[in-house]
Amino acid sequence: MKASSNLEKVLTAGQFAVTGEIGPPKSVDAQLIRDKARLLRGVVDAANITDNQTAIVRVCSMAAAKIVLEDGVEPVMQMTCRDRNRIALQSDILGAAALGIKNILCLSGDHQTLGNQPDAKGAYDIDSIQFVRVAVRMRNEGKLLCGEELRNTKKADLLPPRIFVGAAANPFAPPLDFRILRLAKKVAAGADFIQTQTIFDMNLFKRWLGKIVDAGLHEKVAILGGVMPVKSHKALTYMKESVAGMSIPDELIKRMEQASDPKEEGVKVCVELIQQLRELTGLRGVHISTVEWESIIPEVAKRAGLLPRPAPGESSPSETLSA
Amino acid sequence: MIVATRKNVRELKQLLAPYQRIAVLGCGTCVTVCLAGGEREAGMMASALRMASRLDGVEKDIRDLTIERQCDDAFIDEAWKSLDEADAILSLACGAGVQALAHRFPGKPVFPGVDTQFIGILEEQGIWAEKCIACGHCRIGSYGAICPVTRCAKHILNGPCGGSHDGKCEVNPDTDCAWQLIYDRLKAIGEEYRMEEIAPLADWSLSNEGGCRKIIREDQRI
Repeated sequence: MKASSNLEKVLTAGQFAVTGEIGPPKSVDAQLIRDKARLLRGVVDAANITDNQTAIVRVCSMAAAKIVLEDGVEPVMQMTCRDRNRIALQSDILGAAALGIKNILCLSGDHQTLGNQPDAKGAYDIDSIQFVRVAVRMRNEGKLLCGEELRNTKKADLLPPRIFVGAAANPFAPPLDFRILRLAKKVAAGADFIQTQTIFDMNLFKRWLGKIVDAGLHEKVAILGGVMPVKSHKALTYMKESVAGMSIPDELIKRMEQASDPKEEGVKVCVELIQQLRELTGLRGVHISTVEWESIIPEVAKRAGLLPRPAPGESSPSETLSA
Repeated sequence: MIVATRKNVRELKQLLAPYQRIAVLGCGTCVTVCLAGGEREAGMMASALRMASRLDGVEKDIRDLTIERQCDDAFIDEAWKSLDEADAILSLACGAGVQALAHRFPGKPVFPGVDTQFIGILEEQGIWAEKCIACGHCRIGSYGAICPVTRCAKHILNGPCGGSHDGKCEVNPDTDCAWQLIYDRLKAIGEEYRMEEIAPLADWSLSNEGGCRKIIREDQRI
């Protein structure tokens, strides 16, 4: 085991993994984070904690991840290269590992001009692929980027961060060939798992996944397909028009628009998507995110037949082998 | 070339309010080519400032002149007398020219009359585009001679990011995604294999991030 995180155990055991997502608040409301964590406890194997998503200032992902962890949900701490140079990225990995956080997701980050601090200077010291490589090297070799070892004194034990390293992939932004190539680079950099951009366009996703499988990449990295229950057709239209890198079929928008109970329809659509995704070769799990609707994740997971989840800490065959 | 844009008269009028004799100094090089601070613009700026002052009931002695290059002492010398007579100098050169003047006239206020924007090219009549941020270590040979450090908003060396869509940048849908351009060009020149290599981290210490740079060439020293 690389990190012995719950997510790693579930994936290593060959089970279909489920991750959720918690967006930290725009205030110091720790209780809100706890409430969201409790909703997801026992429902997901791990929950992503977003990192100032869409470049809007919120509680930092490390603090929120720690709060979530205390409430019995394993966090996947998202980390963008937008706000941290290589010093901060490495330091935050050490800090996260010291706090017991075992999964990170390495991202470029939405550009700062798109958020609520458009005058900000972005860090963008290294890119997400380079970041994956740095994080993996810290774990595998116990070394910082500069080559220095992670030990307190020369004679002390090496203390590398035991982290499971993830990255994102966008199957929906052409050119497709390029997307495959870039995923291959993330795999070569050492990514353990990949979470995809939210899937609404199943045809486009299948085309992407087919190419991934042809390239054999699905055997080298665990790919989790992103899904999102939406409350209305307006949410879809908004995403189609305003969110970078999304593909949303018009038929889906129409279906949501014509539904008598749009929220129920949104859940149905999401459950159907998950069921289709489970049938696909090359997918090892799903990542369920929402826009401020974490409370629906248990319902989606239940109706998609994803419950119960393996108990946290449940040992897997490969862990027994490596022990 | 260095591309600049003109500052507005209102801002400059405020900056120059305390001074009576003002020299508006154009520069005959980059800012002339990008139509921001050459002889023509210096003349226009001087008369605009004169008119603006006159509207406030203040008569000022505002004269314009232009030298070949403000970033070069030899050319500054040519205009030494006129500049020395002024209470303040409004330089229409890039930031380098403004600072060269300030260095040459230690006791005289010097103000920038343009906003220096970038190193770039004239793409079409009236359209200038940034091409280089002078990072100190040019690697565009690996990117089909298209600079991702300058032209990707996230300076990504292994792009594109997830926000690239239909060849456009997430920051501005009118801006081409640098990585789409790199991809297309590498394909066109038969160097797609370069896309497969993980590009190493940038050494920002070679750029302005490492502190203000100075180049010393011993072979050129006297």
